[in-house]
Amino acid sequence: MQEEITKPRETLLDAEEMALNMGPQHPSTHGVLRVLLKLDGETVIDLDCDIGFLHRGVEKIAEQDTYAMITPYWDRLDYVAAVSGDLCYVEGVEKLLQVEVPRRAEYLRVILTELQRIASHLLWLGTHAIDIGAVTVLLYCFREREEILKIFEDFIGARLTAHAFRIGGLWWDVYPEFETRVRDFLKIIPDRITEYETLLNTNRIWLSRTVGIGVLPAEEAINLSLTGPVLRGSGVNYDVRKAQPYSAYADFDFEVPLGENGDTYDRYLIRMEEMRQSVRIIEQALDGLPEGPVMAKVPKVIKPPVGEIYHSIEAPKGELGVYLVSDGTGKPYRMRIRPPAYINLQSLKRMAIGHLVADVVAIIGTIDIVLGEVDR
Amino acid sequence: MAAVTTTGQKRSIGQIIKRLLLLDLIEGLFLTFKYNVRALYEPRDGGNPNQAIYTEQYPLERPRVSERFRGAPRLNLDPENGSTLCIACDLCALACPVDCIEVGSIRREVRDGEKVNKKKVLTTFIFDTSRCMFCNLCSEACPTDCLELTQSFELAVYHRSGFRWDREMLEKGINYVRYTK
Ligand code: SF4
Ligand code: SF4
Repeated sequence: MQEEITKPRETLLDAEEMALNMGPQHPSTHGVLRVLLKLDGETVIDLDCDIGFLHRGVEKIAEQDTYAMITPYWDRLDYVAAVSGDLCYVEGVEKLLQVEVPRRAEYLRVILTELQRIASHLLWLGTHAIDIGAVTVLLYCFREREEILKIFEDFIGARLTAHAFRIGGLWWDVYPEFETRVRDFLKIIPDRITEYETLLNTNRIWLSRTVGIGVLPAEEAINLSLTGPVLRGSGVNYDVRKAQPYSAYADFDFEVPLGENGDTYDRYLIRMEEMRQSVRIIEQALDGLPEGPVMAKVPKVIKPPVGEIYHSIEAPKGELGVYLVSDGTGKPYRMRIRPPAYINLQSLKRMAIGHLVADVVAIIGTIDIVLGEVDR
Repeated sequence: MAAVTTTGQKRSIGQIIKRLLLLDLIEGLFLTFKYNVRALYEPRDGGNPNQAIYTEQYPLERPRVSERFRGAPRLNLDPENGSTLCIACDLCALACPVDCIEVGSIRREVRDGEKVNKKKVLTTFIFDTSRCMFCNLCSEACPTDCLELTQSFELAVYHRSGFRWDREMLEKGINYVRYTK
């Protein structure tokens, strides 16, 4: 554990504290995050995050929109993992409505969200690597991500802000070549993941930039209520897919990779392994894809009974939750979003103190934030 | 999963030799080199993940747009008589989360054989493509399959007012300048 340094170190020369603004237009802050650094030379002694540049008030907008209208807004929270956002919201509303979703729809949802997890991790890997200085990885990652986006485009009709699911199921059933397209992709992706690892796993620059950087002990990770790969990197076995299986996840066999040291390198290894596990899940879901309808019978005008629910899923970045309060009308009384990136960002200060300015970039990358979700 | 760590561990002699010979870096460089060589002799096939060059040469190469793609809006006409399919029911405007549709209509007497019905008739239809997020909710709400999001994706215009599509534009579509090989 690194000690907390709050004052410039005593040296022969006059030690002076320096304040440095990083962002909001810094390319490595993954959006519009402003980090106010307090430096002693190049060492970070304190930092403050300034968020809210991308605030759109989604939670307030939701109070004026009907339940169906809110779904597209969820694409725009974590816009690199839009399908996961949709899944969280529609399952929340279905829970509120007490609608049983057809099995086929659930399986297809799992396939799409796991593809989205791979896509999101690929984007994370590419940008994380480019922040640290490995530019090649980004281009390779984007090539494979493009394949996923093409599958999405053919299935859902949009690539990024997908609006993938509707309350009660899916709007579209599969298209004829869907299965072969996904299987083709599953065939190439494990080799490609190995390729990225060839570039990074033993690369000495990568190792010296990630090993031992931003170490977070398990206890502190729990205290900061972190979730997702950042928590599992510290060795805490918590994955919502296993802890409270939603959708059809109880049917599939997969492992939850855990780290040992809680540093940036471990979190990198975990995400790589998660991609492989996602491939396993998709394969099982494709093998066992049931026949039947993809849409449950839901009324055209959705008016859930009075009540409140909390539903959470394992998004690529951590536990994404929705808290919905219904007052019996067609619009939610209150919608609260639990964004994983926002909560994981709280660990930045804890991880970055004592490291160099250049490591702050690596640590922001390893938390995997998307400012659309942080600021909502 | 066994996490690989190098902190605090003593390196074996093999590892030291690997480090001295820069094997870790050469491994990565070799992968890039392999792709570079493949790019020299493999035919260029944009968008094929098994080919060394993946880049599509847009606009010379037209991208493949899927059937379900949600792009530029269109108001469909009745294929038999060319009149609009829209019954001015306003459902699309009500379904839109960002209010980008304005449906204008008047009540008019329409002669249907012997009977005279009072019917809503569409007069204007304004679709603001600058606000639209192409979520498809409007098209799903439309009872007559009139409003549809099509495969055209080139929506750039020179002036802001060009984003407001009127009924004529929605029915005919815009004329693109297409740059092809
Ligand atoms: S696609 Fe969505 S945002 Fe665009 S007009 Fe239709 S409902 Fe509105
Ligand atoms: S929903 Fe369809 S029929 Fe009704 S006003 Fe809109 S385009 Fe016309």
